[in-house]
Amino acid sequence: MTAHAATQRAATVEFEHVTKVYGPGAAVTGAPAAVDNLSLSVPAGRICVLVGPSGCGKTTTLKMVNRLIEPTSGRVLLDGVDAATRDVTELRRGIGYVIQHAGLFPHQTIAENVATVPRLLGWPSARMTARTGELLAMVGLDPVTYAGRYPAQLSGGERQRVGVARALAADPPVLLMDEPFGAVDPIVRERLQDELLRLQEQLAKTILFVTHDIDEAIKMGDLVAVLGAGGHLEQFGPPAAILASPANDFVARFVGTDRGLRRLSLLSVGELPLAPVATCHVGDDGPSLRQLVPEGDFAYVLVLDGDDRPIGWIHRDRQTDGVVTPDDIESDSPLLDRRTTLKEALSLLIDASVQTGIVVEETGAVSGRIGIADITARMQGADRSADRSADRSADRSEDRSGAGPAGDAEP
Amino acid sequence: MVIDWGWIAGHLDDIVAALWQHIVLVGIPLATGFAISLGLGIWAVRRPRVYGPITAVTGVLYTIPSLAAFALLVPVFGFSMLVAFIPLTTYTLLILFRNIVAGFQSVPSEVLEAADAMGYRQRDRLLRVEIPLAVPLMMAGLRLAAVTLIGLATVVSILGSGYGGLGQLITDGLQTFFPTKYVLGGVLSVALAVVVDLLFVRTERRLTPWAGARATGAVPA
Repeated sequence: MTAHAATQRAATVEFEHVTKVYGPGAAVTGAPAAVDNLSLSVPAGRICVLVGPSGCGKTTTLKMVNRLIEPTSGRVLLDGVDAATRDVTELRRGIGYVIQHAGLFPHQTIAENVATVPRLLGWPSARMTARTGELLAMVGLDPVTYAGRYPAQLSGGERQRVGVARALAADPPVLLMDEPFGAVDPIVRERLQDELLRLQEQLAKTILFVTHDIDEAIKMGDLVAVLGAGGHLEQFGPPAAILASPANDFVARFVGTDRGLRRLSLLSVGELPLAPVATCHVGDDGPSLRQLVPEGDFAYVLVLDGDDRPIGWIHRDRQTDGVVTPDDIESDSPLLDRRTTLKEALSLLIDASVQTGIVVEETGAVSGRIGIADITARMQGADRSADRSADRSADRSEDRSGAGPAGDAEP
Repeated sequence: MVIDWGWIAGHLDDIVAALWQHIVLVGIPLATGFAISLGLGIWAVRRPRVYGPITAVTGVLYTIPSLAAFALLVPVFGFSMLVAFIPLTTYTLLILFRNIVAGFQSVPSEVLEAADAMGYRQRDRLLRVEIPLAVPLMMAGLRLAAVTLIGLATVVSILGSGYGGLGQLITDGLQTFFPTKYVLGGVLSVALAVVVDLLFVRTERRLTPWAGARATGAVPA
């Protein structure tokens, strides 16, 4: 009980001049990656992604936290305490661990797998059962259906969820994830990533996450550590800073030439200033549309149906008499919500061959519009500044100076 | 060839005693051999360089003809069950050792890594993860060793009437030209082998409910 209570909050993880050199005797382990004088500090409750090409020592770095690998020199501190000074078994029971193929115990049921660490800690069985049910529900698996199954009866994505539930079982302050979604297909991977981020909003664990995929690193990380050949730390910082100003050629090459586009995946529609939208309903008086929008600006009015849902655009000058009917609608726009990333928004607009997207609230109410030019302006911002708020004000002034939709722009 | 059913009915006690003796002749060496092999297997998995030498030694033991083994052991131990047990035990070692090691090697490395990372101590990992997962291949070894021993144990009758089990029925029958005895001995040996094999199969199923799960209920995501 006390151990449980003591581990509830997240812990800081610090590497102090950590070096790992594999001796000649370790050659049996394959091609060992060395870590070279690594110092980095992960604040409590944040996701730090270790990313780099294979052989850069990212997995070695991760395994030095729970001492599956011991550093040759330097220290790894958890909440300020040197991991090397703690009993290794006790240390590991306080650190969640998720790996690529989940590594579930094939001979144990899902419930037994999830309860692994609580069982090792000697929890009473009623508490273990309750916790198992809670965790399975948390990772989106119905406890009644899944508790009694064996890992072989689950899909890869489901096994990975169980792996996450098992790692969280004793509520450890630190979670280590070694390419946790590397072995599942892209659609499932994206869903698992989203779910982990959603879980993290409630749990606020300190997570060290290893991947070789820069897109995953940008998406998952509060902080990203780019490791290069020989286990050298090339750059460490928030993903936006790394995309905006790569520290050297290696990082620039690793994040790729399309980092402007990648940067768009960091921003959501809700973070941009939205342009206002004039609306009318089917059945409204046609000539009155002119009063809704001034001439010269974006001269379109959004037509709503009886439930206030957008149907499409109509030009202010189109109707000289009569009422607005659905037949008058000239063009349509994709609907975006505030959480849509700019990358997704751009792709939706391009797919629909339009210049403008309609931003709606969760209730379906229209809150504004966003243009391709608004989005691409943020891409160009990538090379100027790392700081998001600085970028934002810069882009706002750009909007005023006419970077937004031009005079007689079409939707 | 006529089977004398009357003789069988009149000697049921002797027949059951011979069968029981045969079971003991197989059971004790098999259990001893398994215990030794498990120890050697764990050692070989922890220190891979002992695998080769152990295989070589158990291989040599396997090639010693049983009659020769008896001949060498009788001067030391006299005519006793021990003389029967020792070679029968050493015959199982090669089969069991190799299967036990293969069983341990069949445990996926990520499962072992996960066990370490969850904070299993080495002994708990062995008992609760490695041995349970090695059961299918261990059982395959046990089945093979048991069936081999059931056949081999019939030779023990060479040591005298007190030790022979079902082999005694066969030897006596052949020496006295009494077909009922040697046919019965042969039939019972075969039946024992079949029954023991089935028992092992059932035990394995009971110990590995997870292995059968694979085929049945794979559920899509």
